[in-house]
Amino acid sequence: MTEATAVAEAPANDLGLEQDLADAVLGTWAEDTEPAFVIAPDRILDVLTRLRDASGYDFLSNLTCVDYQGYGGKLRADIDDRLEIVYNLYSTSRGGGSIALHVRVPEDDTIPSATSVYPGANLQEREVYDLYGVKFDGHPNLRRILLWDGFNGHPMRKDWHEAYYEEDAKPFRSRHPQGEYAFQEDKLPWAKNTTYPAGWDPDSWEQAVAYVPVSQAPQHDDGAHLDTESIVVNLGPHHPSTHGVFRMLTRVEGETILALEPEMGYLHRNHEKIGERNTWLMNMPFTDRLDYLNSMSNNWSYALAVEKLAGIEVPERAEYLRVIMAEFTRIVNHTWSIGFILNDLGALQTPALYAIEEREMILDLFEAVSGARMMCNYMRFGGVVRDLPEGWHGQAAYLANERLPRALDELDRMLTENEILRARGRGVGYLSVEDLISLSVSGPMIRAGGLAYDIRKAEPYGIYDRFDFDIPTLPNSDIYDRYYIRMLEAKESVRILQQALRDMPEGETLGGRGGYTLRAPEGQVYSRIEAPKGELGFYLASDGKTQPWRYHVRSPSYINLNALGPMSVGYKVADAIVILGAIDIVLGEVDR
Amino acid sequence: MFGTGLLKGLGVTLKHALDTFEDDRESVPDRYKGSLELGNNRRIIQQPIDQEGLLTIQYPEEKRLLPERFRYIPMLIWDSEKHEDRCTACGICAKVCPPQCIWIVRDSDENGKPVTRCSEFYIDAAVCMSCSFCVEFCPFDAIKMNHDYELAVYDRNPQLVYDMEELTVPLEYYAALWPTQYEEEQARRKEEEEQKRKQEEEKAAKAAARAAAKSAAAADESATAAKPKRSAAELQALAKERAAQRQAQAADGGSSDDDAATAKRARMEELKRKAQERARQRKLDAGE
Ligand code: SF4
Ligand code: SF4
Repeated sequence: MTEATAVAEAPANDLGLEQDLADAVLGTWAEDTEPAFVIAPDRILDVLTRLRDASGYDFLSNLTCVDYQGYGGKLRADIDDRLEIVYNLYSTSRGGGSIALHVRVPEDDTIPSATSVYPGANLQEREVYDLYGVKFDGHPNLRRILLWDGFNGHPMRKDWHEAYYEEDAKPFRSRHPQGEYAFQEDKLPWAKNTTYPAGWDPDSWEQAVAYVPVSQAPQHDDGAHLDTESIVVNLGPHHPSTHGVFRMLTRVEGETILALEPEMGYLHRNHEKIGERNTWLMNMPFTDRLDYLNSMSNNWSYALAVEKLAGIEVPERAEYLRVIMAEFTRIVNHTWSIGFILNDLGALQTPALYAIEEREMILDLFEAVSGARMMCNYMRFGGVVRDLPEGWHGQAAYLANERLPRALDELDRMLTENEILRARGRGVGYLSVEDLISLSVSGPMIRAGGLAYDIRKAEPYGIYDRFDFDIPTLPNSDIYDRYYIRMLEAKESVRILQQALRDMPEGETLGGRGGYTLRAPEGQVYSRIEAPKGELGFYLASDGKTQPWRYHVRSPSYINLNALGPMSVGYKVADAIVILGAIDIVLGEVDR
Repeated sequence: MFGTGLLKGLGVTLKHALDTFEDDRESVPDRYKGSLELGNNRRIIQQPIDQEGLLTIQYPEEKRLLPERFRYIPMLIWDSEKHEDRCTACGICAKVCPPQCIWIVRDSDENGKPVTRCSEFYIDAAVCMSCSFCVEFCPFDAIKMNHDYELAVYDRNPQLVYDMEELTVPLEYYAALWPTQYEEEQARRKEEEEQKRKQEEEKAAKAAARAAAKSAAAADESATAAKPKRSAAELQALAKERAAQRQAQAADGGSSDDDAATAKRARMEELKRKAQERARQRKLDAGE
């Protein structure tokens, strides 16, 4: 980028920055798909601060990294810096699209951490550090997050190879026509070739546990005859009402939580690396396994991103089918989540089983249309894979018009006014909505804090602008509201379903061009939807080949965990379980 | 008033309890209405969407009725009408498979020239993610999704690595599992074949006309012609017939007292039985 200084003025104005920051903008990139501004590494904090304070970009949605070693595209032909950090910012007050910023870093360099401007960068920067090895200056807790300390290398780098590595890109040549498949059982590299990072010794290693050092624990000098001492307790892996294999590292004083930090990665399978080996289409069934309660919305989000990148049209009927499936899955998710919030509160099983009764009916419908109850793999680039089977529409209409409203009302009657639920939920886990936004929290959590921000309205995708529905909000930002907001949202989903099932036209369900040989044009794209758990985004970069160059999942479950610590401090251990439950995470999506 | 919310909630629970109790006291509880009795307490159950509550299905005696599109592990189709495997070893399924769990060895003739037939075809069912891409993209309708989900074995390798024999099912089995799709497919295939036949007939007619003209010319030249040559169409038909015979023999297992052949026949019988059962379930589903 030799003529960077020459073009500097124009992009800075596009970005809405005044002259004093003009030199921070080095240029723009990927004009054809989604333009991004390239920012000088040492000025990134100034730019972020200015955008947040003066332009209202208060929500750091996506922060990730791309490794361009060996990149085949034309766009980056004479740029040496190997890694590129990507920021996607949104405005929750205005809605609308994002501003994308890129910062180029040479290998093994350090860049300033965005956590001082957007505390929500915390987990995402740790992930980038873990998987790419970029260090962030000023990060409060820069430790590995998905992998353990004894892991050698940074697995998302292009030159890192997994165990049983075969080839960079599928399809692997060995499978046809010679069929010389080698069983992994026969390769078994473990125990022979385990490597550790340089200078790291497995015998002397101790995991860092003291999140709040003992020295910082509160002093007791009120002369109480029974003095207590704060201790570190691991809640998990497992139990915390078993939302999955997850651990909360806490420092507790008696029953009270002084500090809490989420520890994860037990289900990490390097989904994104697999995604870069896969062809575009192969990733579709893999997205099912992210938030496995909502494969339909995962499918949709990924399909939307690729359609945006490759410019694929979706026929009318398919748009309706997508909305129908996504709203059904939202009801599934929310009733599930309600049931499990109650479970976490100690109302074991009865509310949960009543809440997920209708889920069975919906899953039966999913199975009839797609062939699987949970791993639906139903959407394709340019539509959905199959039209509805006979009789499906009638059953869905019966559910949407009669059974679901009745069931939700019954659930409402059973729980909402329950005094125990109120006593346990009111005021617990409070965090102001401003804090939630700055922590990059999205979805029902912020709507339960009073902010009517829903991507279906703020930046409509698909055909959501055609439906008449409200975004419910509640004012208190506590456990109780987080429970109740899901009830209200499920009821809105029923409204959307009724309209969609009524208005759905006949016609095509799959446009052309989206087959297994798809080559997306060079460029990059970030696209997001309002998934039941929050903002689910896919960041894709293509160098024009049949595989994505970069495939990143911005998963709501993972990023919402930013708020777990701040929300839990000061409450009891038993409350922390519910606070986690009310974030509504799925570990398939947290760990990826 | 404090407690009203609790009481209301308990009311809901009580109603559920009473409903269930009522139902269980009946001699034929709701969940067995319209179910398919297989005898010996075994049943296929489907809960109608307008039935309140939720059924508990006493697996393994009772099972759910699976929808037609249910996908589990792929199977290969043996075309029982033509006595041949439909698979042509084109390899598309192996290319689109996301976890790359299909591998195929293409067969070759005596001269080492590749032919459109596979000598080996494997699917590692432990790796297969039941995505059904192989089915979607196979251009020859040769691979379809099986509904058989009771696959538990003690060892992943080799028991879950299915070879061609384990994967192959007769066309009727597929037709019973996927009746709607099968009908559509058959209609489409018939049409395509019809077209192909027409084209070939035209070609053959032309070739015959040419040959006739030639032989007429030849006859003119010399009256001492050898025995008449077969036309191209005739030769083709003969070759087909032979191939069919060969394959029919292969299907029968060649020599009759072969253990493998017996096992294969038993498997085919079992599949036929399953197909019949499924056909009965379908009837139930259609409300007959
Ligand atoms: S099953 Fe179909 S796609 Fe696969 S090799 Fe055979 S003919 Fe080709
Ligand atoms: S169903 Fe999917 S994973 Fe299984 S063999 Fe076919 S393509 Fe591969």
